[in-house]
Amino acid sequence: MSEELENISPLKALQAFTAARIGMGHVGLSVPLKHSLEFKLAHANARDAVYSELNTEGLAAGLKQFNLPILHLHSEAENRAKYLQRPDLGRKLNKASLDQLTFYNDTDIVIIIADGLSATAVNQNINGLLALLIPKLLSVKLKLAPLCLVQQGRVAISDYIGYGLRAKLSLILIGERPGLSAADSMGAYLTYSPVPGLTDESRNCISNIRPAGLNYYFAADKIFYLIQEAFKRKLSGINLKDNAGLLDH
Amino acid sequence: MAYKHTIGSKVYQFNDLKTLLAKASPYRSGDELATVCAESYQERVVAQITLADVPLKVFLNEAIIPYEKDEITRLIIDDHDSEAFQAISSLTVGGFRDWLLSNETDTFLLKKTAPGITPEMAAAVSKLMRNQDLIAVAKKCGVITRFRNTIGLKGHFSTRLQPNHPTDDRKGIAASIIDGLLSGSGDAVIGINPATDSPAAVMNLLRMIDTLRQQFDIPTQSCVLSHITTTLELANKNAPVDLCFQSIGGTEQTNRSFGINLALIEEAYQATLALNRGTIGNNVMYFETGQGSSLSANAHHGVDQQTCEARAYAVARKFNPLLVNTVVGFIGPEYLYDGKQIIRAALEDHFCGKLLGLPMGVDVCYTNHAEADQDDMDNLLTLLGVAGCNFVMGIPGSDDIMLNYQSTSFHDALYLRKVLGLKHAPEFEQWLQKQGIVDDNGDILQVGLGHKLLADKFY
Repeated sequence: MSEELENISPLKALQAFTAARIGMGHVGLSVPLKHSLEFKLAHANARDAVYSELNTEGLAAGLKQFNLPILHLHSEAENRAKYLQRPDLGRKLNKASLDQLTFYNDTDIVIIIADGLSATAVNQNINGLLALLIPKLLSVKLKLAPLCLVQQGRVAISDYIGYGLRAKLSLILIGERPGLSAADSMGAYLTYSPVPGLTDESRNCISNIRPAGLNYYFAADKIFYLIQEAFKRKLSGINLKDNAGLLDH
Repeated sequence: MAYKHTIGSKVYQFNDLKTLLAKASPYRSGDELATVCAESYQERVVAQITLADVPLKVFLNEAIIPYEKDEITRLIIDDHDSEAFQAISSLTVGGFRDWLLSNETDTFLLKKTAPGITPEMAAAVSKLMRNQDLIAVAKKCGVITRFRNTIGLKGHFSTRLQPNHPTDDRKGIAASIIDGLLSGSGDAVIGINPATDSPAAVMNLLRMIDTLRQQFDIPTQSCVLSHITTTLELANKNAPVDLCFQSIGGTEQTNRSFGINLALIEEAYQATLALNRGTIGNNVMYFETGQGSSLSANAHHGVDQQTCEARAYAVARKFNPLLVNTVVGFIGPEYLYDGKQIIRAALEDHFCGKLLGLPMGVDVCYTNHAEADQDDMDNLLTLLGVAGCNFVMGIPGSDDIMLNYQSTSFHDALYLRKVLGLKHAPEFEQWLQKQGIVDDNGDILQVGLGHKLLADKFY
């Protein structure tokens, strides 16, 4: 019966324009069973993504092409359960990781790769994005710090790492909270003059980086634009508007 | 001032009002993260027993965040209406709870008293109330607002049509808007969370919804939920801004972390009012809040998250909003761990907001790292419908593909209207009837391919 109702939904044609769950039809007033079960399956996949792990070996192998040192770092949250309940711990580096930072000199940018809430997102998207972004950064003579792979990390851990490496700007690429249609969304947060204790207004965020969302080409362009503006104006955050598409008057 | 209570041989001491409120708060993960919550079940109830005996007048003299340090405390104290307070001035927090529940306290009296109630009083009394008390009192409160239609009438219930798209694609957004309108969604607002906060992108979306609204003469309002500075810039350029949106918190420092303060909100409020776009009313602000934002910004001053949330309502009521939406389950399990905590928080927020005179809606939602699912949301939605919530979200299939969380769907609103007999905003319902989307009883109809909304290319 639900199949039948679904077929007569006049909104079917609009489904080509969005991944949103439109035109599902009704059984009575409710969602047809097929869609109800599809939703449950997507939720199950997202739950699984939350508990996925950073593929540090695979990632490190892929990052070799950039000829940069790679640091393996870990937050103070020793496992996922702790990570979910204690975000404060996910924002700080553990002792062993802090010690690793002391050996490096002043640099322009540190690129940090962290699992966040979906290691799956990072495992799948990092190479595609960096293959476009890093050459852009090098083309304007920006000096890159070692690439940092962080387990059980949250966004603000980039303040500790940027500060520890004396980088002028930190860029963290991190798995976002998985949604139903996207368990593989990666976010990018950039902070000029990173120092522990900063909050969201000091950062610029570009979200939903994945092939079916903001694709690598647009994402790399956007990040590169914001980084250049941040260096030009020596700031990031709410005062650094994304004016790449300016008003026409 | 310290508060003491003895149970058997055990003496509990609470050093100040802030501590007493925190310890009396029903358990939630955020208060534990902030290390402000009670350390045992007994201590929590003892704190509630102690709080019940505190006179409401104390709240006017003991600021939980110092007056000198916080502009929201100053707002609360300076704007307090002592005449409205008269009706409850002799009560304790416990007495206030009984007063709220008594049959003599009706919609009219609650409305008259609202300006005399501070957010801390509302938070305090909520901590003594069970879920059913929160529902029973909220249902008695009536808060009605207007822009192009009337929201919050008894027996009515509205939805924000939330047609987000991960890349702000016009056709993608339009497709969700059409699905929503054909499901009867969108009488609170058609509100898009933009993926990009650039003025040009926001302008583009504002123009698209405005074209649609004018073309079909829809009695509703639109909003692109950009940062207030972006909206202000656009309003000053005479963009079609119906509602000015901003996320707000309950401490000055929280708002600083959002890049705002009261003066900035005032400036944007005046700029939006000046556009004069409302037809039957001039409630032009749309605020979003949510427990945990102050802790998240490390700006809570040792105040529990529910009390911080109630203080955000002081900010909201200063600007006569059309809509206030507590986005209850968005923030994650470190603040509200599971379905039980999310449901409790939503009922508290809805109650406190209504008590303070705000047009409360709730984003009935959860994220995929919280211990919650659709069954919890069904429970909460039904409870809020009973409590007289002004509006909830309407999202295709509950799945926001831009913000990556689950909220209420177009279908959910149909369910709630049916089981509780709730109507749309009246002006919007008339429009739906004219369009052949609902019948004379307000029940949804299946439209055919030839429907105007499907045939027309407004995007």
